[in-house]
Amino acid sequence: MQVQPNFTSKAPNRIVRYVYLITVFFLTLTGFGQMPIFKRYYIADIPGLGWLAQFYVTHYIHYLGAVLILALVSYLIIDYLFLQKKRIRLTASGYVRGTILVGILVSGIFLVLRNLSGGRFVPEFIIFLDIAHLGLVMTFLIVAGYCMVYKRRWVTQR
Amino acid sequence: MGQKISRRAFLRGGIAAAAGLAASSIPGASAAAAPQEKTQLATLLDISKCVGCEACVEACNEVNANKYPQPKKPFPKMYPERVPVEDWSEKQDVTERLTPYNWLFIQHATVNVNGEEQEITLPRRCMHCVNPPCVKLCPWGAARQLANGISRIDSDICLGGSKCKKVCPWDIPQRQTGTGLYLDILPSFAGNGVMYKCDRCYNRIADGELPACIEACPEEVQTIGPRDEIIQKAHALAKEINGYIYGENENGGTNTIYVSPVPFEELNKTIEKGKGKPHLKPVKDTMAQANNLTTAMALAPVAGIAAAVGKFVRLTKNRQ
Repeated sequence: MQVQPNFTSKAPNRIVRYVYLITVFFLTLTGFGQMPIFKRYYIADIPGLGWLAQFYVTHYIHYLGAVLILALVSYLIIDYLFLQKKRIRLTASGYVRGTILVGILVSGIFLVLRNLSGGRFVPEFIIFLDIAHLGLVMTFLIVAGYCMVYKRRWVTQR
Repeated sequence: MGQKISRRAFLRGGIAAAAGLAASSIPGASAAAAPQEKTQLATLLDISKCVGCEACVEACNEVNANKYPQPKKPFPKMYPERVPVEDWSEKQDVTERLTPYNWLFIQHATVNVNGEEQEITLPRRCMHCVNPPCVKLCPWGAARQLANGISRIDSDICLGGSKCKKVCPWDIPQRQTGTGLYLDILPSFAGNGVMYKCDRCYNRIADGELPACIEACPEEVQTIGPRDEIIQKAHALAKEINGYIYGENENGGTNTIYVSPVPFEELNKTIEKGKGKPHLKPVKDTMAQANNLTTAMALAPVAGIAAAVGKFVRLTKNRQ
């Protein structure tokens, strides 16, 4: 039988789940906002979405989202390893999503370091990071979409 | 004399730049570029010396002509229709503003100095920020910063989205439609050409030569050297002429330091500003706001782990 991930009661389970979903949503939205597409394709013209065309705003919100997702992922990993591992295990799709997510986080961390004053990598590596970060996000969205449609959970009971 | 010192210092930096470029070109080189020398070179512009002769503008155009765009026409039809076509190919001789074919221009200001009305001229081009947002926020890595502080746009990679211009506090990069990589991808739906701006003659510097604008100036308006030395010189010069400095702290610091006998606030009031004509206003550090969150990012995993450990301790106590 498959279960929701790693929580001992439903309330914190639900809170963590919503925080995760909202964070991923805004990270994806502001991440795509790093490309000059929202103004070109009229999305920023929709009332209330003008901020999507302001690169410094989307950049800042993306960083805020990164703070949240790093805290959340760290919490879930430790919680899984020390509290939940005897009861539940990661499914195959959980491993796939987790691996992609870690790739997104690692490439994102390198891009944050690049953005610091004095942070400089060879240009080829920066291009690799940019493409890898975007490619992994798109892969994650496809895999997450598949898992949502076919109801594949992150974890299952042992 | 000053020019001699700066040339020596400049050559030191040039070697560092060449080393940096060489390191960058090694396939599969280590992720973190670690050039042996990380000296950022800066230029000092003593605008009290500038006579507005445009020798620098001509030299820039001559030396960089081979880097200028050669757009293919007709341009691809772009969707949606709001996407602007920016074509300077028929206006290549425009020199009174920044364009894809003119990376340096002379700005004019009429100001009052000691009760006398004077015209002040100053060369304007990319400021080559210490932490350049055009480079750091380019979504494709098409803009790059070299070890010697030069920021430049790789015209083979740039898709012309113009984000670099929008995040630049001075709107320096200029777009030419109908050229570059976007033509080979989805020319109607993504990209719009290539962005162009001053690359401070990176190739000449790598060869141990001076940037064309510095070499051609008959009045020796510009001096180039390691940034800390240039800052010291700028302060000494400002003290000597009772003048003012622009570029040292703007946008968190730039590698283009102007020294003027009149406040830049006054100059900014009278210069012509607008498209391709940058202002001289104070500029806050545009990258600082987000970068200040880096500490929070570093602490976030600690907070997450602490929360999980707290839960573990709480549950253990409850069981007991």
